[in-house]
Amino acid sequence: MAETLASSRSYYLVFFALLALTFVTIGLTFLHLGRWHTPIALLIAFSKALIVALFFMHLRHGNRLYWLALGSGLLWLGILMTLTLSDFLTRDWLSY
Amino acid sequence: MTTLTTPYRPQAKVTETTAENYLNVAYGVKSWLLTTDHKRIGLLYLMSVTVMFFVGGVAATLIRLNLLTPHGQLVTADTYNKLFSAHGIVMVFFFLVPVVPTVLGNFMLPLMIGARDLAFPRLNLASWYIYLVGAFLMLLVLFSGGVDTGWTFYTPFSSKASHTNVLPAVTAIVIAGFSSIFTGLNFVVTVHRLRAPGLTWFRLPLFVWSLYSTSIIMLLATPVLAMLFVLLAIERLWGVGIFDPALDGDPLLFQHLFWFYSHPAVYIMILPGMGIVSEILPCFSRKNIFGYQFIAFSSISIAVIGFLVWGHHMFVAGESVYAALVFSLLSYLVAVPSAIKVFNWTATLYKGSVSFQTPMLFALGFIGLFTIGGLTGLMLAALGLNIHVHDTYFIVAHFHFIMVGGMVMGYMAGLHYWWPKMTGKMYSEWWARLSALIIFVGFILTFMPQFILGYLGMPRRYHVYPAEFQVLNVLSTAGASILGVGYLLPFAYLIASLFGRTRSGPNPWAATGLEWQTPSPPPPQNFLVTPHVTCGPYEYALSSEGDHASS
Ligand SMILES: [Cu+2]
Repeated sequence: MAETLASSRSYYLVFFALLALTFVTIGLTFLHLGRWHTPIALLIAFSKALIVALFFMHLRHGNRLYWLALGSGLLWLGILMTLTLSDFLTRDWLSY
Repeated sequence: MTTLTTPYRPQAKVTETTAENYLNVAYGVKSWLLTTDHKRIGLLYLMSVTVMFFVGGVAATLIRLNLLTPHGQLVTADTYNKLFSAHGIVMVFFFLVPVVPTVLGNFMLPLMIGARDLAFPRLNLASWYIYLVGAFLMLLVLFSGGVDTGWTFYTPFSSKASHTNVLPAVTAIVIAGFSSIFTGLNFVVTVHRLRAPGLTWFRLPLFVWSLYSTSIIMLLATPVLAMLFVLLAIERLWGVGIFDPALDGDPLLFQHLFWFYSHPAVYIMILPGMGIVSEILPCFSRKNIFGYQFIAFSSISIAVIGFLVWGHHMFVAGESVYAALVFSLLSYLVAVPSAIKVFNWTATLYKGSVSFQTPMLFALGFIGLFTIGGLTGLMLAALGLNIHVHDTYFIVAHFHFIMVGGMVMGYMAGLHYWWPKMTGKMYSEWWARLSALIIFVGFILTFMPQFILGYLGMPRRYHVYPAEFQVLNVLSTAGASILGVGYLLPFAYLIASLFGRTRSGPNPWAATGLEWQTPSPPPPQNFLVTPHVTCGPYEYALSSEGDHASS
């Protein structure tokens, strides 16, 4: 697995991108977007996580095993969310 | 250059008297505290988890003594709460979860796959220190007033009501959790990268498969527990609404996240025990294991399905009816791979030439007690019956059958099986068989009455009970004292064996695994020549047909 090490320039770029997105998140709190507020904030958070995973965690250059590790982590997060929500979202269906 | 090949044949002689082994290669406190040898770290873990086992055991003894009489004259209700919390926390997080992976796994995994060490030896040492920090903090918590939430730390009691050391206790558990994450990571990488030449996945010993499955659970579940306790701390310290309904939180969220870790944690505890049994049964029946691939994959499927069933702890907690139905169904599913194992073990014994040395006695005890624990688990997965016995001694008896009857029996089996390899010395077989018998009898007498108590409606976690329950409680306490003797005995004769003269030789059980093809105790580098594997791990009867691994 030949890994090309990213240059320090790209690390600075990633760092400033993350900073910029943080400021966007802060700015967002001053806007009144109603029900779109949370989805947009989550979208920004997601893109930040993606940048961290791809560059800082070297997933962009990593082999398939790295992606398998990431994928299983996400799958398990999905299990946690789905089965927990299977309780929260169905509480009103039947009362006892 | 000769290479060592499996299967082991007596004439392929291992040099008995190697001058250098991992114990005599260096002396002094520093050579132990700074060692990166997985074998020495295994022994360090052995000492530390044994201390924790006796701490948890003392708490259990006090609990049982208090329950001798209906009025609970020994301790106050508050002290009783702290005692069962201490017992649960210490036994689960500081003994049962780490014990087999960190002691036997640490010592045996590299030997069983023909490696020099684990993939990250220094991380391994770091795991031990992290465990120590967690354990010391926990002991500090216990001796400075304790904690009264139970090992489950349910909200809102833990977040709002309890005035005991909740935050220090969860901090200690989070620290110990990191130790188990590192161990899991180390094992996964080791199994992937360091197998000896020729050791394909389906030639791996089943203990390795079970450690691998355990490591996956450790990696995927433990972080959730850590995050949960951070959330608990945030709510307790700053009143942020996470679990408090008055602040738009949900108390059941705590239970969801807690059991997302803690149900799979049951499999962290039991899977290594299952792996040990799968090693011992073929050896003492002189037969290949029946259904190797089924047992291997059932470990993996237990690891995966174990993540889908946690809601069965919340049937009466206010979980939705639909979620309860789903979790009940999924809980039945997890019985399938467990049953596959039990059937395959039984089939392994069939027509074997069975001998009853100590490891085998413990392993057979495991199968019997685990089966009772598993079957009562099926009863509990049924919604209606679960509501009847929820939070009663039936539950207590059920999980002790799995964790003590299953897991601790499995650990004892493994410890007695590999003790000669670890120390080069053989313990007294007579005393060891006696202790196996005492533990089995003491265990049955302790926990069988608790099934009846629970079914009759005695709730758990109370320090008093109605007078009509006294006879069964006295029986249980009597059993516990027998069990206590059973656990103290090995402590005595195993230590005595170290000073005895009975050398075990490299392979006292005439077993086939790679770990037996090197001197006992093993040299620092584990193998004098690189092992080369040519067949499966349990070739006890090479002449017999139906030999899956020869392909
Ligand atoms: Cu469970």
